[in-house]
Amino acid sequence: MTYNLKKEVAKPERLAGGHRLCAGCGAGVAVRGVLRALEPEDKAVITNATSCLEVSTFIYPHTAYYDSYIHTAFANGAATMSGVETAYRVLKKRGKIKDNFKFIAFGGDGGTYDIGIQSLSGAMERGHDMVYVCYDNEAYMNTGIQRSSSTPRFADATTSPAGETIPGKIQNKKDLTAIIAAHNIPYAAQTTFFGNFKDLHEKAHKAIYTEGPCFLNILAPCPRGWRYETEDLAEICRLAVDTCVWPMYEIVEGQWHLTYEPKKKLPVEEFLKKQGRFNHMFKKGSEWMVDAAQEYVDDQWEKLIAKCK
Amino acid sequence: MKTRAKDINEKVTWQEVTTGAEIYEPATSRLVETGDWRVMMPVFKEENCKHCMLCIPFCPDSSIPVEDGKRLDFDFVHCKGCGICVKVCPFDAIDFVKEEK
Amino acid sequence: MAIKDRMSGNEAVAIAMRQINPDVMGAFPITPSTEIPQYFSQYMADGEVDTEFVAVESEHSAMSVCIGASAAGARAITATSSAGLAYMWELLYVAASARLPITMAVVNRALTGPININNDHSDSMGARDSGWIQIYAETNQEVYDNFIQAMPISETIRLPIMICQDGFITSHGVSNIELLEDEKVKDFVGEYHPENYLLKSENPLAVGPYGISPYYMEVKRQQAQAMKDAMPIIMDVAKRYEKLTGRKYGFFEEYMMDDAEVALVVIGSSAGTGKEAVDRLRAEGKKVGLIKLRVFRPFPRVPLAEAMCKVKAVAIMDKAESFSNSGGPLFNEARNSLYDLPNKPYAINYIYGLGGRDITVEDYYEIYNDLFIINETDDPGDVYRYVGVRDSRFGERGFDHKKYEE
Repeated sequence: MTYNLKKEVAKPERLAGGHRLCAGCGAGVAVRGVLRALEPEDKAVITNATSCLEVSTFIYPHTAYYDSYIHTAFANGAATMSGVETAYRVLKKRGKIKDNFKFIAFGGDGGTYDIGIQSLSGAMERGHDMVYVCYDNEAYMNTGIQRSSSTPRFADATTSPAGETIPGKIQNKKDLTAIIAAHNIPYAAQTTFFGNFKDLHEKAHKAIYTEGPCFLNILAPCPRGWRYETEDLAEICRLAVDTCVWPMYEIVEGQWHLTYEPKKKLPVEEFLKKQGRFNHMFKKGSEWMVDAAQEYVDDQWEKLIAKCK
Repeated sequence: MKTRAKDINEKVTWQEVTTGAEIYEPATSRLVETGDWRVMMPVFKEENCKHCMLCIPFCPDSSIPVEDGKRLDFDFVHCKGCGICVKVCPFDAIDFVKEEK
Repeated sequence: MAIKDRMSGNEAVAIAMRQINPDVMGAFPITPSTEIPQYFSQYMADGEVDTEFVAVESEHSAMSVCIGASAAGARAITATSSAGLAYMWELLYVAASARLPITMAVVNRALTGPININNDHSDSMGARDSGWIQIYAETNQEVYDNFIQAMPISETIRLPIMICQDGFITSHGVSNIELLEDEKVKDFVGEYHPENYLLKSENPLAVGPYGISPYYMEVKRQQAQAMKDAMPIIMDVAKRYEKLTGRKYGFFEEYMMDDAEVALVVIGSSAGTGKEAVDRLRAEGKKVGLIKLRVFRPFPRVPLAEAMCKVKAVAIMDKAESFSNSGGPLFNEARNSLYDLPNKPYAINYIYGLGGRDITVEDYYEIYNDLFIINETDDPGDVYRYVGVRDSRFGERGFDHKKYEE
């Protein structure tokens, strides 16, 4: 089935306006992008780990979702959805419901890479027929831009501030997609908002319509935390991909595939210099930081290419 | 109990809020006017628009309606004026201007 | 005809679960409740139930699964103890505030610090303000009976419910029991038909909003009302159960209270030992009585106060510490309930049985003796006391004899 943006945007909307995410927030774009991959005849239950997304999309009495929705807590998006999905299977088995439902959990990087990784690992291992989507904005934005294990090295976050002695976050970003792929789930992928959304859409569709536990990691920039102008979202995403800071790939039944390879791999500097959180890397005497960031990205990229061969 | 979101406001009593603070309808956030957050506003220049739809998925606020294969003017009740659509438009069909109130 | 058998409290709960055949169980093993999901998994393996069992990776996820399943329209159950219950803590509040009628078998065990696997009530008492109904049992029979009454109570009022029993004492202790036939249990418990649920066809449901200040307090007030309204429902279900089985249940049981001069208030299996002490003291002509509290949440403030007012001095027994400097949780609530009454008894707190420390008939003799002395002297002394703890000042069982011998 070939991707047709015109056809896809003609589908009924599944995330309404009027939610209270910041202007330009990547989370709203991620949710719309994933939910657009649902076939209109299918119903869905959405869950959120506690996050910016959650506190913005269901403020009593205003839900932004057209579908059924549940939020319970921070660490347990995947476990909550495990319960919903299990109820679906048993109620279907017992003839109490007829509709077809799909189950999609969203968590930020805090709720996914960090506090929620145990429940996510459990749900993936048990094999629930659900999609877990991480909208990765590389810090705890909901509490005010604290570092997470997804925050890249050198980023200036409020609990890894750049100062005279310490140049922002010390550690590199955790490779969560690989960790989840190591659960041998049928489908895992990394994507972001790129071009006409073909990459994100096709991955979301595969994740939703592949039986079993599937995982999507979507880079979803946060203009407040990353410190760029809201209108630059598309460019930030494109630079993340073209510098190979955020490669787009998928793992289908254990086989790794690049879904996009930059024609010309841009220097990582192009991505970094667009964002205030990396400002200190461009001061005199900080050149080593940019070099170290480039070295890390090159190394990760080479390893990824090797896996995809 | 008030069961419809439109009837639930900051005057309802504890007897009237929904059990467990549940909501029984879709997409009640549409009642919330986030349009008044705007400082800048996008201006749709229909004559330049090729209806390529690139702007649609980039909108975080579901504020670009589509009907019969054509994009319509903005939903200014909800558009927060982030300007993402302005930058992704390849045909200069969206201006970005300071909003006069 | 009732089925006579002998079994442990854990097996009795598991059998009740099998007879109910709920939709979803999410559980994680922890001593001493582990046997419950074990028995239940075997029923599943043998095709005796078609429940979906989610063998989660933690109790946090166990409760999350129950919440998700319950919101989706399923009947959800779990079982836990001690640290497992503590690990569920934040979700206990979520379940109650979302008004989800989840049934949890709690096998009471001490909380860690130091780690201890034996019985006291510190786990469920710690969760007393989470918004769950709490029902406690003295015997294996009561555990079984309480579990069968759980869903009709919780589903009617839309509050989650804990059915508590004492770890090892009833959970592993085998005793005679009367079981109901499967069909009778199914009829009694009935089918679960929530009005709204995530998987409903006609309308979507959104659960668990961000509740801003203009709404949060109204939501909490409504939840508090549900706990009040649970009182008559608990009694209605008990009456219906009595018709079915002949076994009578209430908020509490009064034992030899009619002409009693002093009494104990106690929760759980320790009431059995207490009744033995009552019988022996009665044989000596001493007018002693006992109140066994069954329902701790909602707290039966008014009827319990009336019952306590039959005596001149009452010992309120806490199998949990609050570290409050003013006594255990049962003491504080029971004593508080007396406040408005004009002729209230002396109310003395005894902390006992922590981490599996036995309480003996002899301990109860001492407690009743204390109460008689208080009656005679009209001097309650320090009302916050321990029993059964070695004390350099007071000797092996921790009684302050000297004070009363003077």
